[in-house]
Amino acid sequence: MEFERKHILGLEELNAEEITLVLDTAESMKEVSERDVKKVPALRGMTVCNLFFEPSTRTRSSFEIAEKRLSADVLNFTTSQSSVVKGESLLDTARNLEAMGASMIVIRHPMSGAPWLLAKELNSSIINAGDGSHEHPSQALLDLFTIRRMKGGIEGLKIVIVGDILHSRVARSNIWGFLKLGAEVRVVGPPTLIPKYIEKIDVRTFYNLSEAVVDADVIIMLRIQKERQDFEFFPSLREYSRFYGLTREKIKRAHENVTVMHPGPINRGVELSSDMADGPGSVILEQVSNGIAVRMAMFYLVASARRNG
Amino acid sequence: MSILIKGGRIIDPSRNFDKIGNILIEKGKIKSFPKDAKEFENNSKYKVIDAGRKIVSPGFVDIHVHLREPGYEYKETIRSGCESAAAGGFTSIVCMPNTNPINDNASVTEYIMLKARTEGIVNVFPIGAITKGEKGETLAQIGEMYEAGCVGVSDDGMPVMNSKVMRHAMEYVKAFGIPVISHAEDRNLSASGVMNEGDMSTLLGLKGIPAASEDVMVSRDITLAELTGTHLHICHVSTAGSVRLIRDAKARGVNVTAEAAPHHFTLTDKAVGEYDTNSKMNPPLRGESDMEAVREGLRDGTIDVIATDHAPHSEDEKKVEFDLAPFGIVGLETALPLSLRLVEQGVISLHDMIAKMTYIPSKIVNIERGTLNPGAPADVVIFDAERRYTVDRDKFHSKSKNTPFHGWELSGAVICTIVNGRVVYSC
Ligand SMILES: [Zn+2]
Repeated sequence: MEFERKHILGLEELNAEEITLVLDTAESMKEVSERDVKKVPALRGMTVCNLFFEPSTRTRSSFEIAEKRLSADVLNFTTSQSSVVKGESLLDTARNLEAMGASMIVIRHPMSGAPWLLAKELNSSIINAGDGSHEHPSQALLDLFTIRRMKGGIEGLKIVIVGDILHSRVARSNIWGFLKLGAEVRVVGPPTLIPKYIEKIDVRTFYNLSEAVVDADVIIMLRIQKERQDFEFFPSLREYSRFYGLTREKIKRAHENVTVMHPGPINRGVELSSDMADGPGSVILEQVSNGIAVRMAMFYLVASARRNG
Repeated sequence: MSILIKGGRIIDPSRNFDKIGNILIEKGKIKSFPKDAKEFENNSKYKVIDAGRKIVSPGFVDIHVHLREPGYEYKETIRSGCESAAAGGFTSIVCMPNTNPINDNASVTEYIMLKARTEGIVNVFPIGAITKGEKGETLAQIGEMYEAGCVGVSDDGMPVMNSKVMRHAMEYVKAFGIPVISHAEDRNLSASGVMNEGDMSTLLGLKGIPAASEDVMVSRDITLAELTGTHLHICHVSTAGSVRLIRDAKARGVNVTAEAAPHHFTLTDKAVGEYDTNSKMNPPLRGESDMEAVREGLRDGTIDVIATDHAPHSEDEKKVEFDLAPFGIVGLETALPLSLRLVEQGVISLHDMIAKMTYIPSKIVNIERGTLNPGAPADVVIFDAERRYTVDRDKFHSKSKNTPFHGWELSGAVICTIVNGRVVYSC
């Protein structure tokens, strides 16, 4: 099968075959990452721009390493949220980068849909590195990749996503990925952070963590954005972690080999107790290293689609 | 010049009139309905317009338009707004006060009236703000604005959140007999929402505006209208909840009227698609059941009138992230064909559609328009309900092109618009 997409905007629009192709490609990229010389010439001569409107050292570094391992020329453009509002328009900024030769733009933006705007108006390939509360496809793909490696496959797994589903782009992308590859998805969190309409998609909603994790194969903890909550959605962090923080006690009824994941960075003692974060089921650091392989695969496939299309 | 409109199907719901015939216009007024057109046809004193197989009705009256002047002339001016209205078959438009400066005192009203007299080609009736600066705190100069020509008050777009201020506004306007026009929205519930709260907003990761934020305010305003006895008019009804509340209030005898906009009875929030900012408006496009309820409200008379909420914005303002785009779409030039769809689909009759676009809106703001009564100002539209065409935003007369209907194939074209006996648009 050939990948025919010029952009990777979200998992909602990728089908199971395309997702599997990315994961398979990531396997060979993983090999590259384990060599002594971690470099292949796949993107030689291509300029990739990382356009980040939100501070995220992790995701940006992961993309940058992936780009460099594929021999791309890398341009970093980072700006704070305030300058988005008062300065040059997003479209003008991106047009400038294109004029400087960027043929792929990786965009992280605090507003949902921003990558779609660029995809509509530019010739460059757009890679969504997280848009508002919408999608975060590279994170979802690396989660799928990590789970597939741990469990041998996705189909039939019971996967629980815990926390702020309302604002989480990780959750939205993950849900699409898991459903398309045949897993059962449950979401759990305080009712104020579970969108009222989420069950229109084929997921089950829980408000009680211990009940949600019964027989779970994978538990994905979402980050609580302390700065965003303003305690409008729940009374206090203490109360949140009491009811929705993951502890040994609360996962007693999960599968004995349950895998625990977190997109990072962790608020220790809020989403996860330290013994859970560092415990045997935790793959949080594997997620980080797998992220590079998955992003290399994304670039590789989009670049070949560009060449062929 | 005197005009004879020959052989059209004349529909004037203000008099329950529906016949093929002729209309004679003299000195800017409807003169008579002569039986025979012959004597006028060979007389150079008369301009004869052949309306064979077309519909002739009172010119449309839109009680919810944003003209953007003063302050935002790059979006629309009084002149371009009037041209857009004329092209859409509207002969009278009522303009909202959220200009810059806000129309909250007589000098702004006078400026608008003056501009409309010198540059406007259709009749313009301003609405004054309810509160100073639309801040929701203290009453604007309502009496002076009324004297200067305002036909109602509204803080459209900036709903009055303080119930006591709203109560006082409703009591105060009784001295002048003008309605309080409410953009019903609880802004705390809406928070920073940008589209309807529903499965679409959940999937798109956009902040939702729940239907409840409209319902809660409609409920409050009806309660206050009941308390004060004042005429309350609810703008752009978009939810099943408000339709139900208004229906119940009317049954109880509360003095409340309501309007619906063509986009709300034509589209659902699915139209947002991949972040199409031309589908971003406030109230937002709602779900299927809300749209159906609005159509039912139009059918059973709960919703009295069709109004466009014509809200021009420049292309640059709309070509941004969905969150940053301003709310609103243009509506004057697509209102007729979209309303005719309701007729085509059997929701309302042609007669009712015209009523909801002519004398009923006139009655709501107490202006003597929207009728073909002999002696009335000759505001007339001739349209071809059958003519099909493709909506092309680049042909709009409005300065702005922000419409979700570009490329739609619709029926119903305006052939000629006459205001005060003068042809202001013909195609
Ligand atoms: Zn409004």
